[in-house]
Amino acid sequence: MGGDVKKFMYVNRKAPYGTIYALESLEVVLIGAAFEQDVSVVFIDDGVFEIVKGQDTAGIEMKNFSNTYKALEMYDVEKLYVSKDSLEERGLTEDDLIVDVELKTAAELTALMEEQDVLLSF
Amino acid sequence: MLHTVNKSPFEKNSLDTCLAHAKEGSAILLIEDGVYGALNGSKMTAQIQQAMEKFTLYALGPDLKARGIADKVIDGVKVIDYAGFVDLACENDKVQAWL
Amino acid sequence: MKFTIQVSEGPYNHQASDSAYQFAKAALEKGHEIYRVFFYHDGVNNATRLTTPPQDDRNVVNRWSALAEEHNLDLVVCVAAAQRRGIADADESKRNGKDADNIAPGFRISGLGQLIEGGIQSDRLVIFGD
Repeated sequence: MGGDVKKFMYVNRKAPYGTIYALESLEVVLIGAAFEQDVSVVFIDDGVFEIVKGQDTAGIEMKNFSNTYKALEMYDVEKLYVSKDSLEERGLTEDDLIVDVELKTAAELTALMEEQDVLLSF
Repeated sequence: MLHTVNKSPFEKNSLDTCLAHAKEGSAILLIEDGVYGALNGSKMTAQIQQAMEKFTLYALGPDLKARGIADKVIDGVKVIDYAGFVDLACENDKVQAWL
Repeated sequence: MKFTIQVSEGPYNHQASDSAYQFAKAALEKGHEIYRVFFYHDGVNNATRLTTPPQDDRNVVNRWSALAEEHNLDLVVCVAAAQRRGIADADESKRNGKDADNIAPGFRISGLGQLIEGGIQSDRLVIFGD
């Protein structure tokens, strides 16, 4: 593939803390940013809970990594998509989220996924 | 695109989310506990049959056999082996795992 | 066709590593190339040579090592995930002041960039996880 840029999408479908997938997914996104590919991150199902405001992990003695999502912009990871259906199913709105995102319908997400070269699932 | 689903639809929503986001005409392969979605006569059967109007459904034979349901598969679900899985991964331009 | 395979779960607890192994074997039998197998999350636990399964069961770790030797596979264990879970080679063990290492033959420890590079260099990324 040489110097070609591929389209990478990180698909996050799991809530934080209960399992490590959300944190380790974020670590891939941060490392992956250095490769200067065309990156987008999507939050579907319980993945939307990863970016909910007001997370305080003091009582469970785990690292609160929610603020790191705000730093993604500095890594030029700017395409953050959230499933509109998943957000609504959970009684949440964009105002509940810690970062600016684009809400996408299932059909829009289908189209976005079809455009990708590589889909990483977490 | 090839979609893989490895969760039982009786326990997790991976298959639902896959069906909601797969493009019409896509191939969907049930593996591991995902093969329980191919079980005929279950509460999922009608949904799978409906999905088969839009998608081609495959199930991994070795996983069906291991679970004792190889002879209870919904008509029209294509049963393949690991070699067939590899072929599907080649024929489709990318693979999305719905974990 | 060139594949990179990601294994996101440890051996025995979840079928992911078994499925990935069967897929890799089938792909190799068909003459395809496995560019890399990347072990992430609890998948790094596939790389400990201290695994001792019952004699009547498959040895998931040895099976990966043997496949790697036979086909010159690149089995890469994510360093960050490995450090968390206590998977170390001699260098990592020394660097972190540990008294032992446990990496199995055929595996190497490297960074997450190896997964991204696998995605860039391969025709397909196939993920097995939970």
